[in-house]
Amino acid sequence: MNIKDLPEEDYFTSGHTACAGCPAPAIVRNMMKIFGKDTIVYTPANCLLVFSGTYPYLAWKVPYLHEAFENTGSCISGVARAYKKIGKKALVVGIAGDGGTYDIGIQALSGAAERDEDVIYVCYDNEAYMNTGIQRSGSTPYGASTTTTPAGKKIPGKLRHKKDMAEIMRAHEIPYMATLSISHPKDFLNKVEKAKNVKGFRYLHVFSPCPTGWRFDPSKSVEIARKAVQSGMWTLYEAEYGEITGIYKPKKKIPVEEYIKGQGRFRHLTPEMIEELQRWVDRKWKRLYGEEP
Amino acid sequence: MMRLEAKKMVATGDYTAAYGALLCDVDVVAAYPITPQTIIVEEFSNFVNNGITDAEFIMVESEHSAMSACIAAQASGARTFTATSSQGLALMHEMLFVASALRLPIVMPVVNRTLAAPIGIWCEHNDSMPQRDAGWIQMSCEDNQEVLDMIIMAYKIGERKDVLLPVMPCLDAFILSHTVEPVDAPSSDEVADFIGKYDPVATLDPNNPMAIGTFSPPEYIQELRYQTHVAMENAKKAIRETTKDFARKFGRDYYGLIEEYRCDDADVVLATVGTVTGTAREVVDELREKGKKVGLIKLRFYRPFPAEEIKKIAENVSAIGVYDRAISYGVGGPLFIETRNALYGLDLPVLNFLAGLGGRDVVKGDIEKMYEILLKAKKEKPEKEIYWIGTRGVSI
Repeated sequence: MNIKDLPEEDYFTSGHTACAGCPAPAIVRNMMKIFGKDTIVYTPANCLLVFSGTYPYLAWKVPYLHEAFENTGSCISGVARAYKKIGKKALVVGIAGDGGTYDIGIQALSGAAERDEDVIYVCYDNEAYMNTGIQRSGSTPYGASTTTTPAGKKIPGKLRHKKDMAEIMRAHEIPYMATLSISHPKDFLNKVEKAKNVKGFRYLHVFSPCPTGWRFDPSKSVEIARKAVQSGMWTLYEAEYGEITGIYKPKKKIPVEEYIKGQGRFRHLTPEMIEELQRWVDRKWKRLYGEEP
Repeated sequence: MMRLEAKKMVATGDYTAAYGALLCDVDVVAAYPITPQTIIVEEFSNFVNNGITDAEFIMVESEHSAMSACIAAQASGARTFTATSSQGLALMHEMLFVASALRLPIVMPVVNRTLAAPIGIWCEHNDSMPQRDAGWIQMSCEDNQEVLDMIIMAYKIGERKDVLLPVMPCLDAFILSHTVEPVDAPSSDEVADFIGKYDPVATLDPNNPMAIGTFSPPEYIQELRYQTHVAMENAKKAIRETTKDFARKFGRDYYGLIEEYRCDDADVVLATVGTVTGTAREVVDELREKGKKVGLIKLRFYRPFPAEEIKKIAENVSAIGVYDRAISYGVGGPLFIETRNALYGLDLPVLNFLAGLGGRDVVKGDIEKMYEILLKAKKEKPEKEIYWIGTRGVSI
């Protein structure tokens, strides 16, 4: 699917209050174009909940539910099963952030995936708890300065690497999982469309650079997302029942140093810390591509 | 689902609870096993896997997810059911508030079990009673027949348009959950006729999209709190009417929010909860034979609390005692606190008896002791309000 083939009709509309340069509205809007009218959306606590639906305003033109933070997997299960029992049809989609996916929501997500609930789970990953004020999550990369891993005199930012959530989900051997990026729109749309047409549990993981939390120029969100893919910090691939069926390999691998440039959260990194981040990327590269970088 | 004929069963409280859900033709069950609730989920699995019901059973990975899924399913227009106990209920705590504020009449039997620490599996009410302010209708059953009847009535009460609140019928661990008793089960047709079809006010529906539970600023929340408060007050009327209707249709009367036993000319009364009530009835009969004018109040509902009913009785007695199987540390038993609050302004001793905590048996001798203290309080001003019955190292 190409951008020009997308339906004109929107189910996520203007009027929301996302920060300038935030990719989440574009992610959601384009996904919703493909998912269509007969969709029910659940969001846990995250930026999207607040900027798209603070009562009495609402950017959604589909039914929309919120219950709590840690339960996206179980809430979408509840909607899907109720619809199955009542005999009604709808695509049931949960859209959670990285905190709601990697950390507090991983149990409910894992349970729903293991039960192979007929739903789509979307993680939009901005690598920290942005809604609560940029605290570190299991997704925050090594070295990044957040409000709970500040670049201090003694401890220079986060000292643990990013958890590989996509691989955790691939290990669930679900019918379909894919990683996406706003920098690769054609790939993005194809994966969303594919997910829509698969039955069972589907997991879409979208990389979503956050200008406010990462401290970069809001006009650079797409560029930073592209550099994440080119450096190997973010890998675009898809898998069916645990087997990788497609993986995108950048023509030219750029050094991590080039990716972190212009991001305030990495400004304090020493050459040794950049090397450590590079080593992590190279290990991941080898694991996913099966060859030395 | 398959039609079920009326029958006499000999069943555990847990089986009875599962059978109650079956009779009410629930659409979605989401549950997680925990002792001593396990039989409920096992039996419901049997009903599903043997084709007796076509309900969807979501075998979730935690109680938090069980309640989350029930809320989502009920918000989608399904009649839902779950069951839990103790630690599981504590884990659900956050979601209980969501169920009531979204006005979703989910029904969830709670098998009352002690809440750690120390870890134990026997009967105590310190799991359900701390859920007091969650906006759930909360009641306790005396026997397995009441478990069945209360689950049927729970759907009828909760789904009323002037109520729309979730309901938590409680049953004592093992004393009911694992003990077989004779139970009269009505037919599924009779139950369907009594409770009707679930007719939700608002659901998640692509043809009529709306947001449920979304982010709200202060301008809107206080009114919702008020409406839920009114709904809980309305529940009193709904309970009184429903027990009357139930008695007319099924021949068993539960007399609204409380049941009085030999209170009419009583000097002193004891209010009890759960299975201890059965033991207390016997003690009342024996003391009456000895000429002691004692009465008994079976406290069925904790929320809404039967303040008016208790006050009416208290106006004609000299002392009132309240039995609790839970403790609010530093203050007293939860039912005692409620009762004293209800009787504010009346000049009579209100005493609290704590017994059976952690699942210890409460025997006739314990209840005789309670009445003895109450009869003494009628004559002379008691030295204290709270009595720890049968507690090592504590003298009464």
